[in-house]
Amino acid sequence: MAIEAHEIEALIREAFPDATITVNDLAGDGNHYAAEVIDESFRGKNRVEQQRAVYAALNGKMDGPNGQLHALALTTKAPD
Amino acid sequence: MTDARAQIQQALDENEVVLFMKGTKEMPQCGFSSRVAGVLNYMGVAYRDVNVLADEGVRQGIKDFSNWPTIPQLYVKGEFIGGCDIVTEMTLAGELDELFDQKEITYNKEAADKIREANA
Repeated sequence: MAIEAHEIEALIREAFPDATITVNDLAGDGNHYAAEVIDESFRGKNRVEQQRAVYAALNGKMDGPNGQLHALALTTKAPD
Repeated sequence: MTDARAQIQQALDENEVVLFMKGTKEMPQCGFSSRVAGVLNYMGVAYRDVNVLADEGVRQGIKDFSNWPTIPQLYVKGEFIGGCDIVTEMTLAGELDELFDQKEITYNKEAADKIREANA
């Protein structure tokens, strides 16, 4: 039930077309990723609100024990 | 489901700081849970650990409760603060200290500074 980095990026890209998105496979197992999303829409939102928006974009891929994605370390911010 | 929600609410009502985690504060069973528990332990914060692996209803229930898909989840005085990444960022930025100051939660400021020194 692995997922590929470009699939994660594509899902995030759909919701944040102009964002700077970096996705790294942390463990090389297609299951533990780190993603950084920098987007103007995050400005003025706190981290919980920012990350909720990213999780929403992932369309339930992290839901439940059978979710395709076990772990996603997220960093979100507005552009400097 | 209702039962899980009642359990969650009770834990939040009865404890100022609650960490929903995989495993216990003494024996975390996931790296992300371990990291947050480690920060709280090191900073000497009194908190209640709720092991979601012990109860499938709570494991799903807490995700529904906060509309947040991952565990661990940290709550301070009933308010959802964030998961592992947010708590880590806040710790390093000194924002967790500010939050504890605001919410009148006792913690060891020196230990918090040491975490930041070690990660500088």
